[in-house]
Parts: sequence; C-alpha cells; structure tokens
Amino acid sequence: MAFISTGYNPAKPMENRITDIGPKDYHDFYPPVIANNKGKWSHHEILEPGVLVHVGDSGDEVYTVRVGGCRLMSTSHINEICDIADKHCDGYVRFTTRNNIEFMVDSKDKVEPLKNDLASRKFAGGSNKFPIGGTGAGVTNIVHTQGWIHCHTPATDASGTVKATMDTLFDDFQQMRLPAQLRVSMACCLNMCGAVHCSDIAILGYHRKPPMLDHEYLDKVCEIPLAVAACPTAAIKPSKQTLANGTEVKSVEVKNERCMYCGNCYTMCPSMPLADTEGDGIVLMAGGKVSNRISDPKFSKVVVAFLPNEMPRWPSMTDAIKKIVNAYSNGANKYERLGDWAERIGWEKFFSACELDFTHHLIDDFRQQAYMSWRQTTNFKF
Amino acid sequence: MAKHETPFLDELENGPWPSFVSDLKQQAEVRAKNEKGVEFQIPQDCVDDLLGVVELSYKHGRTHWKHGGIVGVFGYGGGVIGRYCDQPKLFPGVEHFHTMRVNQPCGKYYSTEYLRQLTELWDFRGSGVTNMHGATGDIILLGTTTPQLEEVFWTLTHDFGQDLGGSGSNLRTPADCLGQSRCEYSCYDTSALCHFLTNEYQDELHRPAFPYKFKFKFDGCPNCCVASIARSDMSFIGTWKDDIRIDQDAVNKYVEKDPAYPANAGAHKGRDWGPFDIKKEVLDLCPTHCMKFENKKLTINTEHCTRCMHCINVMPRALKIGKETGLSILCGAKAPILDGAQMGSLLVPFVEVNADNDYEAITEIIENIWDWWMEEGKNRERLGELIMRQGFQKLLEVTGIEAQPQHVAYPRTNPYIFWKEDEVPGGWERDVDEYRKHHLR
Repeated sequence: MAFISTGYNPAKPMENRITDIGPKDYHDFYPPVIANNKGKWSHHEILEPGVLVHVGDSGDEVYTVRVGGCRLMSTSHINEICDIADKHCDGYVRFTTRNNIEFMVDSKDKVEPLKNDLASRKFAGGSNKFPIGGTGAGVTNIVHTQGWIHCHTPATDASGTVKATMDTLFDDFQQMRLPAQLRVSMACCLNMCGAVHCSDIAILGYHRKPPMLDHEYLDKVCEIPLAVAACPTAAIKPSKQTLANGTEVKSVEVKNERCMYCGNCYTMCPSMPLADTEGDGIVLMAGGKVSNRISDPKFSKVVVAFLPNEMPRWPSMTDAIKKIVNAYSNGANKYERLGDWAERIGWEKFFSACELDFTHHLIDDFRQQAYMSWRQTTNFKF
Repeated sequence: MAKHETPFLDELENGPWPSFVSDLKQQAEVRAKNEKGVEFQIPQDCVDDLLGVVELSYKHGRTHWKHGGIVGVFGYGGGVIGRYCDQPKLFPGVEHFHTMRVNQPCGKYYSTEYLRQLTELWDFRGSGVTNMHGATGDIILLGTTTPQLEEVFWTLTHDFGQDLGGSGSNLRTPADCLGQSRCEYSCYDTSALCHFLTNEYQDELHRPAFPYKFKFKFDGCPNCCVASIARSDMSFIGTWKDDIRIDQDAVNKYVEKDPAYPANAGAHKGRDWGPFDIKKEVLDLCPTHCMKFENKKLTINTEHCTRCMHCINVMPRALKIGKETGLSILCGAKAPILDGAQMGSLLVPFVEVNADNDYEAITEIIENIWDWWMEEGKNRERLGELIMRQGFQKLLEVTGIEAQPQHVAYPRTNPYIFWKEDEVPGGWERDVDEYRKHHLR
C-alpha cells in the first residue's frame, strides 16, 4: 500500500490549490430530451408503479423508471447503475430527493427492456438490486441517517431499521393502493437529520438514561459552558468534583429528573456519553407532511413512546408500523394524508384504529407550546 | 471468506428490499479480489472491518464510533466529517473512517462518465462506500484516512472541476427539486437559482462565519418535493400571482373518464376508488371552496385561491400554474434541538425570480438576514430561534418588509403589545408631578 501522490505538495499546501469552484454545472448532465424540453413540459402520467411519462409541449416524451436505492451504496453498485444507464439511457441517470434512482428513456419501446433488465438483477443474498416502484399513492423510499455505520450519537441503527421496514412495506413500494403517498423517514437520534419531524410515519432513535459523566476528562475535552447551554431543560450545571485520588476537577452535574436524554450535551461534550443497550430504542411518530396540498404542512406527532432495539430486524417496530399503515389504508379517504386522516377522525380514534396504547409519555410537557396540544373543548369521542 | 462473522447482519440479506449488507459484502469481495489492480490507498479490507464494527454494534446495541473528529483540507473550515472507530485494534481498517461531502449537481442528474470518474477515485483513495445522497444533498464519500483528504480534494478540484460541500457553522450545501427539468408544475428554474446562489456564496459555504448552520432549499411549487419548508433555514417555494390556466375541454375529458386523463395522473391506480367525481375529489376538497363546475365549465375564483396545488395535482392535463410566476420565501425551519422544531414561516409572499439581474431581489433579502443573524445570533442559535427570541417584527425590520396579514396564521391572542416610543404621541418621558395636578394622591 505505497502512498501515491496526486501532485499535492504537503510542504507547500497552498500552492496550486483550487478552491470555491462549487458543484458541477447541471447542464452537463441533462439527457438530450430533458435539455430540449426544460421548462416546456405539458403534463405527466404514472403509467404503472415506478413508471412515469412526461410529455412536452413539443410532443416529446420522456419515460422515467424509478427504482429503490438503499442510499448507503458501494462503488460497485454505482458502477452497475452506470452500466444500466449506458446500456439503456445513453449514459444518463439521476437520483431523487428520497434517494431513489431514476432511469430515463426517450421512447416507449425502450421501457420494457429497461424494466426487464432492472427486475432481473439481484444481490447474492437474494434481495432486489433495483426494485421498480416508489410512485403515486404508495410507500416510497425511507429518508434516513447514518446510525451505527458512521455516527457517534445514535440510539439505534439507520440502515438496519430501514431495511427491516422496507421489507415489511415492500408491497406498497410496488403498488399504488393507499389513499395518498405515505412518506416514512428515520433518524437515529433526535437531532433528526432528515425528515422525521415532518413525515407521515417516522422512526426515531431514542435514549432513556441520563448521560454518564467522565469527570476525570470532562474539563480537559469539553467547553463546560457549551455543555451547560446545550440542555433544553437546564438539567446541567457546572460543578466541582473530587476524583478518587483526591484531585479536585471542574466538571458538570446533571439533575437526572430534569434530563430527558436528548443527547445534545454529548454532541457538545465527549465526556457525557449516554448510549445504552437496554435504555436505547425507537420512538414512532406520525402525521407530518411538507406539502401545502389541501392542508398546511404538519409536524409529526409521537404515537409510540418506546419500542426496544431488537437487532437485526426490529419486529416490534415493524409490527407497529404495519398496523398504522393498515389502519390508515382502511380508514382514510382518497387524497387524505395520514395526518389529515388522524385529525379528521380525532387522535383518540387514531389510537384505537391503529391498536396503539396511549401512555403519559405522549402528552406534551415542553414549555408553553405544550398547553396548545391539550384539549380545550368538550368535543371528543368516547 | 469474510474476515468477520456477521450473523446479525446476515439476516438483513433476506427480504426483497435492496440489502446494504449484500452490497457491502460484494464490495468487500471486489476489494479482496482487486481484479482491476487498484493500488488501494487505505486498507484493502476496510469494508470487511466496517461490516465487523457494525455487527459489533448490533450485538451491543451501541455505536462504536468515537466522539467527533476534526479533519479537513487547507483553505476550508468544513466539508469533511472526521470519524474514528473506538475499537481500532479489532477493526484497523476503519480506525480512520472520515466522510467527505461532495457538492452534488442541481437536480441530481449525472452522466455515467462523471460517476465512473468518481467511483474510480473513491476505490483508489477511499473505502468505495458512499451515500447517494446525504439528506442535505451532498454526494457522501464514506470512509477514508486523514492523509488521503488533500489528495482526494486535489483530484476533485484539478481533474473533475468539482468542489466539496459544506459542514459546520456555515452555509450548507443547497439543494433543489428537479424543477423545470422534468416537471410542469415548477414556477421557476430551481436548478438555475440553486446553482447561482451556491456559487455566489462559496465563501460562506466553505469557511464557517455564522453563529450556526444555515441551509437553503429550492422547491418549484408548494408540493415541496425537496421539503424546503421543513428542512432549510431559508426556503424558496415557487408560486404564481395570476389565474390558474384552465383547459375546459381537458376538464371535461376528466369528467367523462377518458382513460388518457386519469385523476392525479394515475397515482391511485392500485385501488378501485370508484369513477372520478369532480365534485367529491376536487371542488369539495378545495381548502377555500373557490371552485365551481357548472354547465361543463370549471371556474376558479382566483382571489380566494391559496395555490395549494390540489386541483392541479388531480387534473394535471387540464389545470396549469399561472403565467405570472415567482417564489415565496419562508424562514426559520429547523429540527427540535434546542427550543423545538420549526417549519419555515412566510416572510416574502412573492418575489420575482430574475436571472438577468443576478436574482438581486432575492440576494438582498438573504444578505439582510445574514447581516442580522451574524450580528445578533447567539452561539449555536439557528435563525428560527433568533426569530423566536427577538420577534418576527425584528425580522421584518431588518429585511425592510412591511407587516401584512399574510405574515400570520392568526393575529396574536395576548394583548402584550410593544409599541415603539415614536408611535405614541408625546413619547414616554412624563412628569408624575404634572399627572398629580389632576389626580390627587
């Protein structure tokens, strides 16, 4: 493994350095039919799950075949995507905002060969490499985070929970039988990188134990005021601690009964780890959306306060998700997003329809906004 | 023969959804065989060790990455996320496992020529593992060692004409929906604006100068396919000011259930919802009830339309966005930490999108907001939290925007109203003795 230099000279690091050139120009990457018809599209249709056609004012057509991607992907897999795009799509491909992959062709007769090629490709373990779907009123890809693959603050794994969930909801990725599109997202801690706070169903990694305090190192590696300021409930205060050897050190104290385990102090201070095998697990949220269609955008609400981390397939979590999807599918009107349905029938009926327990954890108790979430009316259902 | 046993992860090779485990195993094998004769610059078995460390996390139910990590390239204050394994003896291949964020092209369109260049570089100097893409939009190159960072950056900039993305307390990598490239709803060229502003603010993106992170996202219409309203501090959402364009013949094709005119472009084909009913599916669901269908003619009372997109989404062949297009700007979206989650709040109901004057009307608003937040924002305070702390009125003041009813969902319910002293006749300097002349103690 001999080091091979590009020409970068570590002795003169600023020599020949190129900076601030930004992203590649998107014009370089448009398939000709896209470049020719940009801004002049007339309409579109979803021909079947995973297959769209867009028709230009010119009469030109572009057919898009959408396939699932697992976001975490190897260069081998990307090269295989390139092979497919070279073979069928003149060397162009795109990715969606939900990390699906879209192959585009400029005539209808190119669709079937592309679809057949995509459907035929499997991983050694048997899973589909390029399942076609993710359009219309179904379940599409799960926007998710790093988990145990790469992050230091997670309370669960992202890739694994997503794989388990997508296997469970796979039929709905390849169908369009729901009242509206159902967006599932996942974040492995409540920093909520991604879309957990605004999705129809959201999987959230959660801790349930206050941080441990590594007093010996804390003042050496942390800016104590930042750790104090990191706490949304003011559970942390500066303190002096005496170590076993009698040395007095600056550190912090955590009032455990005020801590709700958000982990933000650990983000700021490496001496406050809180991950825990039994303590950590999953919160499920539901009813969020970002579109302005009919109703305003909505935040997702907590509907299951805790499910354990059950590696490798999280069966309690996938069961609960399946119950929510089924109840929504059976109960909602056409075009109703999950949150629209829950608000129409009332959250009390949401819990009974989904067969979910309602516990005290689900009642908001964070500052002034909590009041707005309680029920100031006699309008409720038994 | 795999380097580590992975009984937990092996279970995730089953099932129909593409298995990241199978893909990583495939990659470990490709590296082990090295049929292309790559002179790997980081351990050849790094993907085996990645599988090993993740398997250990599945066993423990805890992450095995050390806290934080500060690495990067000279000249920039961000773009690379440093990461070190907390069991380097067991998994030396991932002792260093830094992520490089690479600024994606707008709309995430690619040529295979470009992607192959990138994979060749990453096989050579990194793990060959990626995220396509990070939630903010970047191409994520997942896993390399510190000495490789400058080398990868050199190749990206010198050979590919490609820069890093953002990380840290700065402007993060902007992202857009695919916009006019392949959507008839898009009210402006999201990619053109996204690309322009990304280049315009390269310094703010690469060198952290802000109190905290700041994100731009660009949605072509209120359907919000890139979720700007929830996931960017400044959200740019396309809209229009004039009438929805109605093709009455096409409306009647929908009403007559012409198979070439499926409701919602066929999004509900997987279930029998009964025949299309324009009253039930469009008129009655219109949030402002501003539509009528009489004598085979659809009318929309534009004055009352809030442009929610529902009718256009249901009948895309018959209803088109208006011609007088622009965008709305919403501010302050953020995840819960610290003071609770926020969605963007409407600041500018309508602004023109004019590439000919370098989007002057938009950059002025951005820069006014930055001037304020950079001066007043506390350490690690998102724009949304500064707005909460100093008030929405302050945001209006710094951007020079007049308060209007569109700025609120409803007026305040408490009467704790501040006045500026000069709004009140006589000001606040008063003499209690003068008062006592008329009001005895």
